[in-house]
Amino acid sequence: MASETDERQVAQLIDGDIGWSELRNDVLPDPKDGERFEVTRRLLEERVDFENPILLPLNDHLYAVGTDRGRIVKCDCGHEFCSLGENWKHHARVRIREDEGEHREIYPEYQTPHPDWDFQLREWFCPGCYAQLDVDAVPAGYPVWQSFEPDVDTFYEEWLGEPAPDTR
Amino acid sequence: MSIENTKVGAEKRAVTEKRTNGGEIGWEGQTLQRMLAETERLTEETGYYRGLEDLELKEGERFEYERLYSRLRGALVSARETALHVSASPIVREIGELCFQIYTPEGDSIAVSTGIIVHVHTGSLAIKWMIDQDYEHDRGIEPGDVFCNNDNDLGNVHTTDVHTIVPIFHDGELVAWADGVTHEADIGGASQGHTSIVHTSRFEDGIYATCEKIGEDDELYQDWKVRGERATRTPMYWDLDEKCRLAGCHMIREAVHEIIEDVGAETFKQFTREAVEEGRRTMESRVQERLFPGTYRSTSFAALPLEEEGWKPEQQQDTMHHLPVEMEIREDGTMSLDMEGTSSQGDHSFNAAEGSMTGGLWVSLTQCLLHDGKVNDGSHYALDTHFPEGSLTNPDDPQLSFHAPWGTIMPAFQAVWENVSQGFFARGFREEVVTGYSETSDSVQGGGTLLESMAQMIPDEVGDYFPVSPFDLSCQGLGASAVRDGLDYGYAMWNPESDMGDIEEWELVQWGTQYLSRQIKTDSAGHGKYRGGSGWEGVMTVMGTDECTLYKAAQPDVTFSKAGMSGGYPGSTKYAVRAHDTDLAERAREGDPYPVGDTPPGTFEEHIDGDVTRTHRGNYFPKEYDNHDVMHFQMGGGPGWGDPLERPLPKVVKDVEAEVYSPDTVESVYGVVGAFDEKHRAFDLDEAATETAREAIRERRREESETFEAFYERERDRMADGDVAEVVAEMYRDAFDMSEAFETEFHDFWDLDRSGF
Repeated sequence: MASETDERQVAQLIDGDIGWSELRNDVLPDPKDGERFEVTRRLLEERVDFENPILLPLNDHLYAVGTDRGRIVKCDCGHEFCSLGENWKHHARVRIREDEGEHREIYPEYQTPHPDWDFQLREWFCPGCYAQLDVDAVPAGYPVWQSFEPDVDTFYEEWLGEPAPDTR
Repeated sequence: MSIENTKVGAEKRAVTEKRTNGGEIGWEGQTLQRMLAETERLTEETGYYRGLEDLELKEGERFEYERLYSRLRGALVSARETALHVSASPIVREIGELCFQIYTPEGDSIAVSTGIIVHVHTGSLAIKWMIDQDYEHDRGIEPGDVFCNNDNDLGNVHTTDVHTIVPIFHDGELVAWADGVTHEADIGGASQGHTSIVHTSRFEDGIYATCEKIGEDDELYQDWKVRGERATRTPMYWDLDEKCRLAGCHMIREAVHEIIEDVGAETFKQFTREAVEEGRRTMESRVQERLFPGTYRSTSFAALPLEEEGWKPEQQQDTMHHLPVEMEIREDGTMSLDMEGTSSQGDHSFNAAEGSMTGGLWVSLTQCLLHDGKVNDGSHYALDTHFPEGSLTNPDDPQLSFHAPWGTIMPAFQAVWENVSQGFFARGFREEVVTGYSETSDSVQGGGTLLESMAQMIPDEVGDYFPVSPFDLSCQGLGASAVRDGLDYGYAMWNPESDMGDIEEWELVQWGTQYLSRQIKTDSAGHGKYRGGSGWEGVMTVMGTDECTLYKAAQPDVTFSKAGMSGGYPGSTKYAVRAHDTDLAERAREGDPYPVGDTPPGTFEEHIDGDVTRTHRGNYFPKEYDNHDVMHFQMGGGPGWGDPLERPLPKVVKDVEAEVYSPDTVESVYGVVGAFDEKHRAFDLDEAATETAREAIRERRREESETFEAFYERERDRMADGDVAEVVAEMYRDAFDMSEAFETEFHDFWDLDRSGF
């Protein structure tokens, strides 16, 4: 069981308000806190409004969670994307920046991709809350690959030696 | 002192006696070839390095084992810290671009010093190549021998990294190899510089030492020294760097002899075996401790716009390199790294040999996963790699140029870092996330000669040629983590001890150039809840020269390499501006302003009259610079993490006041509105306007975004019509030629037959 201090630290890591001195001296060095994953997972479950058990965090807003319908990708706003085995971007909203003018909303002149190279920024949004979930920087026509396919059962059963939260 | 009366002399006699009795220089009278084959067989069959299931020394005598590890690594670090003072090149002496390694007789790395630890595995490849080529019987491997390699195809990162390799004997047996590497300022070649983007083939790269014996009895051959004197532009640096490497290797040899004297040869040998196996186990356990099993995928791109700048017809084309990285983390803690679909090798200097790529892997993993200093070839045994033959990451033609493989390694490993960071985040280790980094450019390079009046002011030994190869590029913006902003202007992926050096030191070496400024490059940092580290820009001029040539490599150039993570953006791209035939001297006389940057872009010209060239493209090939011509260069910002709208307002205010971002940019990207008092560097936040601006950005997301289906249909039609830039189409066609699997996957995704791309 993690100590109270560990929980405070993990909460600060999640909130992004941990000081540099504590981060440098206490969090970054080895050995790492062995309870980190479980404490993080529990704190994240306390912060979201849904009851589904969190299996792992995918990014700032998306989680792999267990449901009666199987494992899915869910946003902290409650929006449900798709099964965990699918690519959540295929169920998101997207805005493409390809023209120089579109890039210039983000970067100054000359500090953007050259317009002749058809290079895109793809901004992926949650259809529920419109949080910006990811940005891809790719040439036009590049497929939208699935960036992460976690092996949830191997992680819990073989690495942690316990069933996944949705099967307990 | 005669060699006969030294330890080397005694070892030579021991080897001769052993051979007279039918023995070989490997352990227990074996050949090195047999040792290597046996090591590979045992490791393959058992899954443990040389079948070492039990680590008797490590488990039975833990203190002795750890003491030996510390002593050996200490010897390597000490060799590095001491030997670098032999060098005169600021790249080595100031920046510390050198590294020492020790290897088993079969060529497996046991330990590595600090410094350019990218070479953990490169010396290994070179030693194994010499063993495979039967050097022990043909060329000969004797006590006191000195070998040199900088052939990337056989084990190196880029051509200007030069290795000195020394065998270490005890009682007639080869017990280990010492290897020292320094990064040279110049090795000859068609263009000046340490990382030239100009070359198209090996024949332009300069000196190649191909696992060459360059000395015996601890002395360098006369003809080898003459070659260095006559074939490099900076023979003094070449000579002293070589002495630095050799001195360090001899310090390591002496340390090994002392260790063996203290603990005995058998204990030393047992230790070296167990150290490699420990490295393998550490890698697997660290993966299980820090990451998440599964499959990870990310892709980087590298633009190489040479159509206008290329000198040779074969290089006069724009190219985009495709650098896909798929990684698997398996149940047993092993990992795989697969770059199937990578672009093909080419007539440019960005070819990265397999050894270069494994070098990039180790320098990455030592920074994010194995940062306790105990990295060695054991880690290599815990990881499968696939760098497709004939691709940029594993060329099959040694006649290619390998001068600037970092232009491939750095973007490729941004994708690796994203994959590993995804694993860290999933596991709760948010502080270990690194979204990427700015590749180390602009790389300003060149050289020249001084006016006679100036040349008289510097020491004769320096000669009248001055190289231009500043390591400003060591200080880039690091990507954000998932708990804080990236490090501003202080990171180079290839050397965790990145250091740009003192400006005065560079001006003392680059006699004909003078810095006019260094300042933050506003709006270079990638946006996000946590922003990337900022880049910076500088301006230099040329003074007192008879002739001077300068060029610069830029990356990312006309496209991004990779985005940020979790909604963060990439750092900005780079561009070029320079001024020739200027009025700088007159401005200096009159006390008038001169350019100290180009922020916002376009303002450089406001403070200089002359022939100004400005291009969206960041690179340019060598140009003649006359006295008082002015060059602008910039270093990049790292990518960001998270949705910019979630960046706390006080941090955005601080960004503006520190000139990391301009007021216009924070309004359009972060929805933060206020009045900036530039004189006092004070940003007065308008909270009400900010709330309105942020809501407007959210509203635009709703209005301007589309469903995936709509995006897919539109892009699919475009693909079917072939409606993309030719440089992009050519990247796809080339990747298809390289990989049927990638072609199939691409066409399956877009549901197209193969008539289009």
